[in-house]
Amino acid sequence: MVELKNINKIYKTGEIETIALKNINLKINKGEFVSIMGPSGSGKSTLMHIIGLLDRPTSGTYILDGQDISKLNDDELARLRSKKIGFVFQAFFLLPRKNVLENVSLPSIYSEIPINIRKEKAIECLKASAFPLNFIYHYPNQLSGGMMQRVAIARALMNDPEIILADEPTGNLDTKTGEIVLHTFQKLNLEKGITIVLITHEEYVAEHAEKIIRIRDGEIINEEKVKNRKILYHNNENN
Amino acid sequence: MKTIDLIQESFNSLKSNKLRTGLTILGIVIGIAAVISMVSLGEGSKISIQKSIESLGSNNLIVFPGIVQPGRGFISSGRGEAQVLKKDDVKEIKKIDNIVAISPEVQRRFQVVAETGNNRNTTILGVDVDFFTVRNMEIENGNLFTDEQIRSYSKFAILGNQIAKDLFGDVDPLGKKIKIKNLTFRVIGVLKAKGSTGFVSYDDFVMIPYTVAQKQLAGTEYFNSIAVKVDSKENIEKVREEITNRLTILHRVDEPDFTVFSQEDILSTLTSIINTFTIFLSFIAGVSLLVGGIGIMNMMLTSVTERTKEIGLRKAVGAKNRDILNQILLESTFITLIGGILGIMLGILISYGVSKFANLTTYISLKAILISVIVSTLIGLIFGLYPAKRASNLDPIVALRYE
Repeated sequence: MVELKNINKIYKTGEIETIALKNINLKINKGEFVSIMGPSGSGKSTLMHIIGLLDRPTSGTYILDGQDISKLNDDELARLRSKKIGFVFQAFFLLPRKNVLENVSLPSIYSEIPINIRKEKAIECLKASAFPLNFIYHYPNQLSGGMMQRVAIARALMNDPEIILADEPTGNLDTKTGEIVLHTFQKLNLEKGITIVLITHEEYVAEHAEKIIRIRDGEIINEEKVKNRKILYHNNENN
Repeated sequence: MKTIDLIQESFNSLKSNKLRTGLTILGIVIGIAAVISMVSLGEGSKISIQKSIESLGSNNLIVFPGIVQPGRGFISSGRGEAQVLKKDDVKEIKKIDNIVAISPEVQRRFQVVAETGNNRNTTILGVDVDFFTVRNMEIENGNLFTDEQIRSYSKFAILGNQIAKDLFGDVDPLGKKIKIKNLTFRVIGVLKAKGSTGFVSYDDFVMIPYTVAQKQLAGTEYFNSIAVKVDSKENIEKVREEITNRLTILHRVDEPDFTVFSQEDILSTLTSIINTFTIFLSFIAGVSLLVGGIGIMNMMLTSVTERTKEIGLRKAVGAKNRDILNQILLESTFITLIGGILGIMLGILISYGVSKFANLTTYISLKAILISVIVSTLIGLIFGLYPAKRASNLDPIVALRYE
């Protein structure tokens, strides 16, 4: 699914060069649930931006679904983002003047989803993210943080992504609502087979994934399977 | 991105700040309304000049003494000073074919005192019998001059419609006496109202036989002008040449010491003056349209800055640079389109008001409306382009981090 080979990212501010990522080699398989962990400033957000096609590496090869993205232009990257990637951010980034339904539908106006099935699709996504459906005409400022993040997850699901990139999705939430979000991710991962990449600095959050990739000072220092994975979602839950 | 989505997104974001959008639209409304009303005033003046000149009689040629200096137009010619047109000239012109009527004219300003005690300083026009034919004048009340009256130095006067009212009020002027420079004239007729004809209004004139005007009022044997009515438009140039040749020979000069104008000359001179004026006014109105355009740019820049995060998010969820560009451009074009439509309506209203209350002719041409729609849309595109370009080139990561 995601294959990074010798990825470097260097920021230049005048004469000063900052190395954000150093020689990253990484492989994430389809259907995997991976955490990328590291302290702030370690380069984990930069890594997520590169995986999410929001940024380009300074050098190295990135192959997404067998496609080398270094040859693609901005529009093609936008199309790929729209088709394959869903983002969930720490700060939710909901548009304040749109209601829940409109916020969830936002990605569909940049994709091929026909207008007449958008609402249905948005409701389906909201259901999948465990959002209470009697709030779909509310505006973001009328919602709690946990609800806002569920709207954001629904939005990420709107275009049927193959991979969801979540940057500190529980960072602004208390433990309990955080767990609802993590539960949702596990469910999406298991039920729909969506690849999840969870970026966090908390060991506890990271342990909800199958695998933890630790990063420090722009380098991957360790990659390991989670021994005692925290399971919030069980396959038989629906029964 | 589908067009309907584009329209909806643009419209929604304009709607989200109604006051700001409204004020920006107002800027465009004022600009467009100013342009429309100025152009309609100019067009209207042109039409009214055309009408009034044509109402003076069609196919007319007018011979003025003196030479018009190139580029200065006939108004600045020294026609009052040069004295070359005499009775012989009239006789000579009469020999030319295709002429319907000839009207030699002597013009002076005098104080006119009526029997009623009212007095006015106005233009006294010494005329021949054909004056009324050539200048398209019709009698409202009484009689025109006869040949006999002219030749016998009769002290009769025919009043323009307005001067008759000024001098006599509600009293019927027919048969009443007026005094011009110690000479007493009897009023034998009042003309129908004609309205202003550019620079002169015959409604204010007092017409008397040219014989009396020359000998007893002006003390001259010269005319101020000779108006000639030609039988058809096609013969105007031919007659003009003939007059020029014959009078040049008669005056025994190498170059004509007089000028023959056609009505088209006068019309085109006046039209060019009005055009200059219209362009000047439209230019000032155009400046306000430009200011309106800058207002749009200002608003769009502010709005793009405010929406930095939103633009970043839209890009993250799949918006292409072009989608963002189109949305911002559509927003600014939408403002100018609405502003344009409202501006046209306001402009028409102003033009209507001006013609109603200031009594000026205005004419709203389809051309003016089309041009202002195109111009306002272009303004939206041009002044929206920079903010739109800026928005579409935002780096999504930087935009999402923007505080």
